[in-house]
Amino acid sequence: MEQVIANGLYLGAQYALIALGLTLIFALMNVLNFAHGQMYVLGGFVVYQVYGLMKLPFVVALVAAAATLAVLGALLERFLFRTVIRRSEREESTMLLAAGIAYFLDAAILLMFGEKQRGVHKIVSGVFVWDNLILPWDRILVAGLAVLFIVAFILMMQYTKPGRAMRAMAQDRTAAQLMGVPVQFYGLVGFALGAMLAGLVGGLLVTITGVNSGIGGPISIKAFMMVMIGGAGVTGGAIAGGFILGMLESVGLTVLHAYGDLTYLAIFVAMMIFLAIRPNGLMGKPWG
Amino acid sequence: MSRFPSIRAGLLGLASALALSLAAPADAANPVLKIGFVGVTSGPAAAWGTSNVRSMQTLAEWWNSQGGVKIGDKTYDIDVVTFDDQKDPKRAIAGMEKMAQEGIHYVVGPNVDDGAAAVRPVAEKAGIIYFPYAFPKELYAKPASNAVLGMVASYQSGPAIYKYLKEKKGVKTVAFVAANESDPLSQRDSGVAAAKALGLDVVADKDTYQNDTRDFTPVLTPIVKLKPDLLVLSGVAPANAPLLIRSARELGFTGLISTETAQDAKVLEEGAGDLANGFISVGGASTPEIRSKAMEEFIERYTKKFGEYNDESNTKVYALQYIVDTLKADPKAIDNVDEFKKTIDAFSAPNPYLKDSSASLHYVGDTSFGQKRQLAVPLVVNEYQDGKFKTLFVANVD
Repeated sequence: MEQVIANGLYLGAQYALIALGLTLIFALMNVLNFAHGQMYVLGGFVVYQVYGLMKLPFVVALVAAAATLAVLGALLERFLFRTVIRRSEREESTMLLAAGIAYFLDAAILLMFGEKQRGVHKIVSGVFVWDNLILPWDRILVAGLAVLFIVAFILMMQYTKPGRAMRAMAQDRTAAQLMGVPVQFYGLVGFALGAMLAGLVGGLLVTITGVNSGIGGPISIKAFMMVMIGGAGVTGGAIAGGFILGMLESVGLTVLHAYGDLTYLAIFVAMMIFLAIRPNGLMGKPWG
Repeated sequence: MSRFPSIRAGLLGLASALALSLAAPADAANPVLKIGFVGVTSGPAAAWGTSNVRSMQTLAEWWNSQGGVKIGDKTYDIDVVTFDDQKDPKRAIAGMEKMAQEGIHYVVGPNVDDGAAAVRPVAEKAGIIYFPYAFPKELYAKPASNAVLGMVASYQSGPAIYKYLKEKKGVKTVAFVAANESDPLSQRDSGVAAAKALGLDVVADKDTYQNDTRDFTPVLTPIVKLKPDLLVLSGVAPANAPLLIRSARELGFTGLISTETAQDAKVLEEGAGDLANGFISVGGASTPEIRSKAMEEFIERYTKKFGEYNDESNTKVYALQYIVDTLKADPKAIDNVDEFKKTIDAFSAPNPYLKDSSASLHYVGDTSFGQKRQLAVPLVVNEYQDGKFKTLFVANVD
């Protein structure tokens, strides 16, 4: 049982970090970023190049992944999303743009990094064993870093000027603008931050799960599931959604393993019933 | 008189040279023989199809650089036409239709069961012989006649591996885990049947995972607790193998781990490091001990062209070689697949990839399919050790 809980918490920490960037972009821009998974993949490949191939320190690689994705996010917001939002009142336009970017990134990543699964050597070796609990030290470190990043993100949103501005934008963009918040600038900052979080978690997890060019889509789907469970556009909701999904996977795979692949079937059925009862998720608001 | 005689003369000369240069290749260039590929070259299983495409492109480029291949009284340049089906049967059908529209009669792929089954009607209607890397027997047994299995099937390699491990390593209990997709599940079922037939105790045969799983610790936690002697990763994709091995070992699993699919040493090294040592898989069909100089040159050309080699290409190189050599044996088959089918039964040609000069290219499959619908390639079983595959044993099918 200890192992099941530990597995669930570990999965939850990484899932929460994946969902945070997605929910941030949705909250600020009302954009469903279908390319979130591809941004995760790109972050993973940057770390693979810098840490795995160029043999620079892991911290440098992680910073490179975060910076690359922040710049990419900012460019996408400035030259694509901002333009589309200005010219089109239909919300589907940004969704289609995001889907197009996802396909583009899929193809570009495949061309740049090839089709193979890539991985890097463990950043910390050894395994922590306690009674029935077995946890490799690198997973403990990654889970710890994920929690640290989540806490840092929450503190930044809560206590810094950009954080307060972005929260104001998420609550009411027009009111924030009337109060003097430069919404275009903070929209760009928020998009860059969301993309950076995707790159950061991709870079962090390449040390454990590796990365390949085809996993962007599935990562996005999981991120959307977490956001739907927790409530779109709410930081706490994304974190809760991540931990709930992680725990459901861990428990399901243990309890249902003898019956075939029922875990995700059960999760999807539970999610459909849950959304029928609570369509805005655990913490989402009816107005977005 | 022109004010610029030298310019006019120069222009006339240039025009003549241009006319000659345009006319010359039409006489000198070889006709092109198009050979198709429909399979997966993106996503987690991309390594399977990419090794096909790259093997075909390397071999075609090699032949073309030597002046082409002589079939009957004509010499052809080989042009490889590729289509990525993304492991989606609907796209595989579209790919096969594209091949039919281009007038292609010989297609390598698809790489997986549902894709290979989906393209069958198109291939049979359009007169295409295709070489899948998929194992459903109904594709190769009568009344089907257009598919030729390009490798050793899991139900042929599985029993050989389990028997070896039972006799040499004392394996008594075995657990299976497979992705929740048609190929891995059917390979798991045939593996379970083979293990039971050998008298092994199967302690887990229902555990599955989603193919896009990134962390396998929750999947493997209940299996590792059963402490089997052997953990079989049925039909595992190259991208998932290192993750499964790593999770199993980190959870304290000390038994043997094997699969009936081909893997990539570099991917295993990067993804699992030393934890992958001892992992047993089906390997490319030309190990260093048995390969010829031609195979070594192929590997060198492939590595030069694509930056790194894939061990599985030792097997994937064979399909194009078989197609061209069979056409050489019966040039009428170049646009008549019925001729190709007739030639298969008695076809035999020297195997350029093996040291043994008596080794031949020939079609097999009588035992498994009741007709010759499988390429004869050596069954090689490897053990991964420190970044490289070590040959455990080599056998023949049929």
